[in-house]
Amino acid sequence: MTTQDAINPRRLVGIQAERVTNVSSTDYPGHYPDEDHSWNLGRFKETLKVQIQRLSQRSIEFDLVGVDASIANAFRRIMIAEVPTVCIEHVYMWDNTSVVVDEVLSHRIGLVPLNVDPALVSMKESPTEQATDRNTIVFGIKIICERNPHAPKGSVNPSELYINHELRSSHIEWRPAGEQEDVFVAKPPAPTNPNIVLAKLRPGQGVEMELHAVKGVGKDHAKFSPVATASYRLLPNITITKPIPPEYADKFQNCFSPGVIRVDPKTKAVSVDKHNLRKDTVSREVLRHPEFSDHVQLSRVRDHFIFNVESEGPYPPERLLLEAIKVMREKLVTIRKAAEALLDQDSGDVDIQMADV
Amino acid sequence: MADSIPKIKIMKGAEADLSAATFQIHDESHTIGNALRWMLMKNPKVEFCGYSAPHPSENVIQVRIQMYDNLSSLSALITALSDLETLCGTIEDSYMTSFNNDDYEKWIEES
Repeated sequence: MTTQDAINPRRLVGIQAERVTNVSSTDYPGHYPDEDHSWNLGRFKETLKVQIQRLSQRSIEFDLVGVDASIANAFRRIMIAEVPTVCIEHVYMWDNTSVVVDEVLSHRIGLVPLNVDPALVSMKESPTEQATDRNTIVFGIKIICERNPHAPKGSVNPSELYINHELRSSHIEWRPAGEQEDVFVAKPPAPTNPNIVLAKLRPGQGVEMELHAVKGVGKDHAKFSPVATASYRLLPNITITKPIPPEYADKFQNCFSPGVIRVDPKTKAVSVDKHNLRKDTVSREVLRHPEFSDHVQLSRVRDHFIFNVESEGPYPPERLLLEAIKVMREKLVTIRKAAEALLDQDSGDVDIQMADV
Repeated sequence: MADSIPKIKIMKGAEADLSAATFQIHDESHTIGNALRWMLMKNPKVEFCGYSAPHPSENVIQVRIQMYDNLSSLSALITALSDLETLCGTIEDSYMTSFNNDDYEKWIEES
């Protein structure tokens, strides 16, 4: 069946048994004679499609259609490495008699995601800058493990035998400074998940420390990354070029992910379920069978990106792309202003200073 | 920081009229490099555009632009940057439209 409205073949990346074809985009001026592929905002608006597919409180799946890979990749990279968050960066250890050594415990504490809205905290210009209530949030841990005097006789369960036998993220408590009590009144700073076990303790062991959280970005340290994953894949496309014989219909269906291929229960006619096409893994199993290999063409749509973003930290998942766009625009503005300054220099009498590199 | 590092430098060997030049952009990576290269290549007056991140220990990218008709590569760079800004705005608007109006699946994820 080839009745489905076919996708412009220029948009397809061919997928064959042992190779991929037409990987690069060709929509540049001068690539096709007598065709205009120069940047045109009106045309871009016509072809652009952004569509949210699924949204939970932790993750989002959305389609970004009609952009080049360089743009989609820029947003993916920014979500991972350049959208700021607030994390514990300095640990002042007064006491640590747990079995976890200081540096390992400090590292584990640094990785705990906090619920602090990064917009309310300013970024330190340099690591040596003075800590203030604008750029630093102070937390503390003070915990000692003791025997539980009321433990049931004969119990071997640590949570019955001891008090505070685990240091958990819920023990990280906020110590407001300066104006912070008013600024963070709506959502007091705390770990997003209270149940992260940071160290196990036994009677007599204790931990006491002061923790300073600062704003940073994922390219500095992965703990600052606001996402667990941010990835995209290209929409799969399956074209059946010759009718599949009815006796092979079920076998053909089993070559793809469940739901991708429809088989009419009566006529055994095979068709592609356009709505479920995105579920296909493009395993190429179908190409391994000689009876199918010339009946079907596999491909992916080069400008149809299916984004999957899992939030881990203060941002709700639907905010992440918006934050990435914001960061991208800020970068572009900074570079454009610097370039305009160069242009002004150029139009004046001053010679442009060329770098010595 | 008293003498901060300039965001953009024009590297040695550029044409006097800047019809061909290599720009070194400080504190940027493939994120901006590839997007900028793509937007510059969309300009029919650009003969050639390419970028590189020369070394992982140097926090810079280098963008090479060569123009037809002795036009200024610096002006082309500025145009490309502002076009990318409008592109970002367009995607943001489109995303918000989908977020507010579309009927997408909402589900509860166990953590």
